[in-house]
Amino acid sequence: MEALFIILTTLCYTCGTVGYLIYLFRDRPAIHRTSWAILLAGAVFHLGAVLLRSARIGQLAVTNSQEALSFFALLLVITYLIIQLRLQLRILGSFVSPLAVIFMLASSLVPDHMVPKSELFKSGWVTLHVTALFLANALFAVAFSVSIMYLLQERQIKNKHFGFLYPRLPSLERLDTISHYCLLAGFPLMTAGLVTGFAYAAMVWHSPWNWDPKEILSLITWLIYAVLLHERLAVGWRGRKAAWLAIFGFSAILVTFLGVNLFLKGHHSITVR
Amino acid sequence: MCRIILLGMNHKSAPVEVREQLAVACQQDSNPLLLFPHLENVSELVFLSTCNRVEFLFTCTQPVKAVQEVKALLRNHLGTMPSTRLDSYIYAHEDMDAVKHLFRVASSLDSMVIGEPQILGQLKTAYRQATEYRTVRVILNRLLHKTFSVAKRVRSETCIGSCAVSISYAAVELARKIFGELRDKRVLLIGAGEMAELAAEHLMTQGVRQMVVANRTLQRAVDLARRYNGETVPFDHILDTLKNMDIVLTSTGSTEPILTFMDVKSRMRERRNRPLFFIDIAVPRDVDPAVNQIDNVYLYDIDDLQGIIDLNMEERRKEAERAEHIIAEETIKFRNWMATLDVVPTIIALREKAERIRCNELQKTLSHLSLEEKDRQAMEVLTQSIVKKLLHDPILFLKKKAARDTKDLYVDYTQQLFNLTERNGSDVSSLTEEAPDDKKESNILKTLKK
Repeated sequence: MEALFIILTTLCYTCGTVGYLIYLFRDRPAIHRTSWAILLAGAVFHLGAVLLRSARIGQLAVTNSQEALSFFALLLVITYLIIQLRLQLRILGSFVSPLAVIFMLASSLVPDHMVPKSELFKSGWVTLHVTALFLANALFAVAFSVSIMYLLQERQIKNKHFGFLYPRLPSLERLDTISHYCLLAGFPLMTAGLVTGFAYAAMVWHSPWNWDPKEILSLITWLIYAVLLHERLAVGWRGRKAAWLAIFGFSAILVTFLGVNLFLKGHHSITVR
Repeated sequence: MCRIILLGMNHKSAPVEVREQLAVACQQDSNPLLLFPHLENVSELVFLSTCNRVEFLFTCTQPVKAVQEVKALLRNHLGTMPSTRLDSYIYAHEDMDAVKHLFRVASSLDSMVIGEPQILGQLKTAYRQATEYRTVRVILNRLLHKTFSVAKRVRSETCIGSCAVSISYAAVELARKIFGELRDKRVLLIGAGEMAELAAEHLMTQGVRQMVVANRTLQRAVDLARRYNGETVPFDHILDTLKNMDIVLTSTGSTEPILTFMDVKSRMRERRNRPLFFIDIAVPRDVDPAVNQIDNVYLYDIDDLQGIIDLNMEERRKEAERAEHIIAEETIKFRNWMATLDVVPTIIALREKAERIRCNELQKTLSHLSLEEKDRQAMEVLTQSIVKKLLHDPILFLKKKAARDTKDLYVDYTQQLFNLTERNGSDVSSLTEEAPDDKKESNILKTLKK
């Protein structure tokens, strides 16, 4: 059942993304509506799969890389679906949905080794820690997509050379504002996620900071976003520089998230210390 | 056989003097439709007149006579003009050429500026007038409605009207791409060229509420500011006001740039990097081109804007080709519909005959039966449905054959088979002409809708 749901999810995400890519070239509201609905269907299957798996293993299904990537893709799609409802910025789907597919495919490529059950992860703290961080990451992923759109549009206007995307992309100010709000919402979530992580670490290992590679990288990522937020709020950074920093920040997230899960060892690489 | 004729002149066929005369004639309100009752050979008429064209669209059975009549009407509308010269400015399209021409006009493919949107509204007004004067019936009604939907289709399926083709409009489009909503934006107008005023007006219609004017001649600045409900600033204080502005329109006669790189750069931090859009339509330029390199500052001079327009024009021409395809397609559809008109009288005659028989026979039977009202009703319904079901297939068959060349054969057979009299088989237009408000016309309309 789970496997079937995951296959259906991947199918839906792929079809939705293909739809959105077609929408990029052909401005038809019907294409967008269909793609959105397909993504929604995918998200429902995905949620079902994650819930089933979580119920089976008795904790939130983020115990290995495969589950983590899949859970992140789910949150990303849900975040996008909600943002789309709020903002009605249809073209955004063409930039966000490919990310979801990439994460979903990555999740199916990563070996699914079952991790020995550990009581350590069966805690509400872990659920809170992971969900807050992943939600923040999903918002930053949207900010990343919006920043790419911003840079594309900005370059066209600045260089006075207009490609086919020019009429399709929204105004610079709108893109910048969306990126700003994603940051405003994502940063507190990220902070909360980190704080719960440290708190839980302090509880079970009696020290909040353990020089785990993921801890170090997370802190660096947090600092990047802190700088971005500070510059935006205090100095009035906006536009190109802010967009580049948002892209840089998301790259740091990817390194923290994937690099550590796949290549480095630590207590986040899901082997119990 | 009913013919559709379109007679007219436009900016391509007639020189500007003649069109000027037209423009004058436009302003008088002697509507040619008033003369419609005097046109004996014209069965329906729509009259479109804009400053670049005048078109008479009509249906008739005798094209030669009808064209003569309408030409006389046109001459009358234009005032004094030797008839030989007039003829050389007029084009006449018949049947499907006329339909195609009308579709092209409505879709703005025949306009001076391809893709301009006004023409459709003008055509709609012309049609409304024609309906007020009751000069349109089955065919032109259908044709005009079809025309509106074709124009709409062209608009939505091609980008023919989507890109700006004037300097001021291009500037406003750009502003919208930078700022999105223009409502809360402030505009600084430096200098007062004609083009700058036009752009300023465009910005006002796009929702800009705050306008500040700076001009070397104070009086002119005050005049302009009053016009835009704005304020004035002294010319020397321009740099200080930059802090609060979002869009700057410059068009002074200054030979030196009035805004340099450092002028702008040093003020960006103060305005917290909010985007600043310079539209420089002065020659020589008022704003140092290097300003464009500053982050969040966008500078467009007149050549840049002209470049956009040239590209857009090219784009429109490309889109026009796609529009022509749509029009060709729709013209064929309309031709098929026209063809069904030829079988309509036969279908009506068939229905009428059947109905007559039904009523007679029902009457006979009912007269020597003593039935209750409920049973009578049931009988009525029963006979109606028998007739309807019986006629269903022959009618469908006729409609299906209508688009074929051999339709006359089938119409002929049907008439012989059911012994329909010649009177009923006459032409649609003559039917409608005889009895415009009659039941027959509504019958035809009903048949056509099915």
